[in-house]
Amino acid sequence: MKGISKQFPGVKALNQVDFSVRYGEVHALIGENGAGKSTLMKVLLGMYTPNSGTISFAGKDVVIDSPHDALKTGISMIHQELSLVPDRTVAENIFIGREPVNALGLLDWKRLYAEAESLMRTIGMVFDPQQKVSDLTVSQQQMIEIARAVSYKSKLIIMDEPTSALTDKEVNTLYTIINGLKKEHVSVIFISHKLEEIFRIADRTTVLRDGELVGVKNNKEFNKELLVTMMVGRELNQIFPKEDVAIGDVLLEAKNLTRKGVFENISFSVRKGEILGFSGLMGAGRTEVMRALFGIDRLDSGEVFLRGEKVNIHSPQKAISLGLGMVTEDRKVEGLCLIRSIKENISMVTMKDYCRLSLINDRKETAHAQSKIEMLRIKTPNQHVKANSLSGGNQQKVVVAKWLAIKPGLIILDEPTRGIDVGAKSEIHKLMTSFVKEGLAIILISSELPEVLGMSDRILVMHEGRIKGEFLREEATQEKLLQCAMVENREGSYANQ
Amino acid sequence: MQINRTEVIKNLDRFKMVIILLLMIIVMSFASDVFLSGRNIMNVVRQISVNMILAVGMTFVIMTGGIDLSVGSILAVSGVVASSLLKNGSVDSILLVTIIASIVGGLLGLVNGLSIAKLKVPPFISTLAMMQIARGIAYLLSNGRPIVDLPKRFLIIGQEAFMGLPIMVIMMIVVVAIGYVLLQRTRFGRYVYYIGGNEEAARVSGVNVSRILILVYVLAGICAGFAGVILSSRINSGQPQAGLTYELYAIAAVVIGGTSLNGGIGSIGGTIIGAIIIGLIRNSMNLLNVSPFNQMVVLGVVILLAVILDMQSSKRMLKS
Repeated sequence: MKGISKQFPGVKALNQVDFSVRYGEVHALIGENGAGKSTLMKVLLGMYTPNSGTISFAGKDVVIDSPHDALKTGISMIHQELSLVPDRTVAENIFIGREPVNALGLLDWKRLYAEAESLMRTIGMVFDPQQKVSDLTVSQQQMIEIARAVSYKSKLIIMDEPTSALTDKEVNTLYTIINGLKKEHVSVIFISHKLEEIFRIADRTTVLRDGELVGVKNNKEFNKELLVTMMVGRELNQIFPKEDVAIGDVLLEAKNLTRKGVFENISFSVRKGEILGFSGLMGAGRTEVMRALFGIDRLDSGEVFLRGEKVNIHSPQKAISLGLGMVTEDRKVEGLCLIRSIKENISMVTMKDYCRLSLINDRKETAHAQSKIEMLRIKTPNQHVKANSLSGGNQQKVVVAKWLAIKPGLIILDEPTRGIDVGAKSEIHKLMTSFVKEGLAIILISSELPEVLGMSDRILVMHEGRIKGEFLREEATQEKLLQCAMVENREGSYANQ
Repeated sequence: MQINRTEVIKNLDRFKMVIILLLMIIVMSFASDVFLSGRNIMNVVRQISVNMILAVGMTFVIMTGGIDLSVGSILAVSGVVASSLLKNGSVDSILLVTIIASIVGGLLGLVNGLSIAKLKVPPFISTLAMMQIARGIAYLLSNGRPIVDLPKRFLIIGQEAFMGLPIMVIMMIVVVAIGYVLLQRTRFGRYVYYIGGNEEAARVSGVNVSRILILVYVLAGICAGFAGVILSSRINSGQPQAGLTYELYAIAAVVIGGTSLNGGIGSIGGTIIGAIIIGLIRNSMNLLNVSPFNQMVVLGVVILLAVILDMQSSKRMLKS
């Protein structure tokens, strides 16, 4: 892939990226959240059309318009979510859509099973082709996906975090299979956040950052520190409007919050006037903790204290009545009614306040919405236009506006600036500063390291459902946070330095 | 304000059903001599009333993104209940009978609401089951036979007029007015819009989603119960097979009225237009001597067209 660029409205997702994979090579692709890994792979699979750049495969220039094209060219992808039909057999899943048929056009079961078996043997898998997929473990199902990719005679297989759901033993089996593929001259693109496994399995590594190529190196010339530095790379030149605010008493304290299989023993506290940052990779469990804290999902165990008193937050209504607010991660999915007006969206949390005997007092509601539009400087022709007509940044402000109406004591901001332009970003940051000045506490979840570093008084790093480190504003650096979030089995090592 | 092309298209889109309605009236007034006669108009308004009441309840349901297939059967249950109470003399007051029958409808709606909101059974399945259950109940309560010879007083609702307006039409207007206020002027109505617009956002924002959903199906049940009493009075009997396929007409009225099947968009005003259009189509076909079998085909096609129109305008909205 040469000179690949991809522009989304307001963001340059990829800028002149070159990327190449050799025959029979395992090539690791690495970068922070949002560095452009998935965009690059989606371009390769034909899910996105690049704005510029060319792709050549096996020496020929190719145009790939769809995943189907990619498959015909010889490229397949093993997704994080598996795409098998659970109630059918191993063999059926491998040859789905291309089952061998006999002269009468009926399914030729004998040949199906025989072909599946011989295919699996070539890459070192031992499965009964007549077994149902639903009886297999996740890692075994992943093997079946790989077998399917091979059955398409794919020369290049993309694996997106293939080890995230596997045990150590299963990871080893996967490595054996990957080595088997290499012997068949099949190349593998290996996307991973785990530095250890990149050094174990990959031959070369490409590092992306902010949509640009940082470097390609042979893994022999590499070490972890160099890799982390390459991933972070940028200077902290963005200026954040963070001001020192007097930090008051503990407002909320969470003790040993656990939701089985999602997060475990999460304890933290946040004080008035404090911005507590939550850092970590996607899927580390940060959003899930906050959803449970806010009463959207259930907690299996753990206690929450608000101003020293134990509270039981079993629903968002309860959370709101206690003065908590939550700007959710995805404004389109759980923040806004896009097809309804700005006014209606702003009133969503506090409808009660504009009603008497359940009848809406339109004047009161309109006045309130207007005041919030002015306060947050939401750019809109009027408050009656639909929320989906606004830009991302202004939509985000509408979500913030609806929570300000309850005059919250604590507001949780989950990725508050994702996908919005620089100007709107900085306005949201200024708002955060003005909130804490008024004595609010803020919990900030952000996958953007500069943002967490620039805005937080204290930062907790989560990794696979646990809190792995805690850093004060003064001591935190991008390198420390990233290392803490990525490197395994070094419980808190950087927190203590 | 500057008038430009997109603005005009948007307004055309908004009022397309009103325009279609006007066109129908103009065409029919030429095609049939009796169409604009006072008698025919009264006839149409009467015919529309029952469907309009069902459609008001249905508007709330569809606005949440749900559907209620059981209203026709619930209507039959309430008609049978009202008729048998009056016939065996256990209740004397017409008002009380109306209230009891409406409550019966509301209770059946409550079952719908509970299974949808609490047990998470999809609305289509829940209400499909209730359609069958309620129809069975109607046959059980009436032993499968129509209940006839009802007290004369009961016929006031369906056959008498007050100041020139049939009583049933006045009742319909009252239901529509209450529905309008509920949906457009109260917190409950706003929550219905929120849930239809984005259920997850509503939940996170502290809306008690399951309570609102239950209330919505109760409301649809009450409307069906109320409509059942009116229909019984109009046909002078409690018929266990009354209201067959009425759910389809109600859904058609709501969808033609511009309520999105995905929920979140729509209005009682639209439903009024939709119910009138359905009523006029049926009346016109009667006047033009279209056979009942052909009428079924035409109405089916109209429903299909309305849904296609709805899908296209929601596609346009996503793009804009």
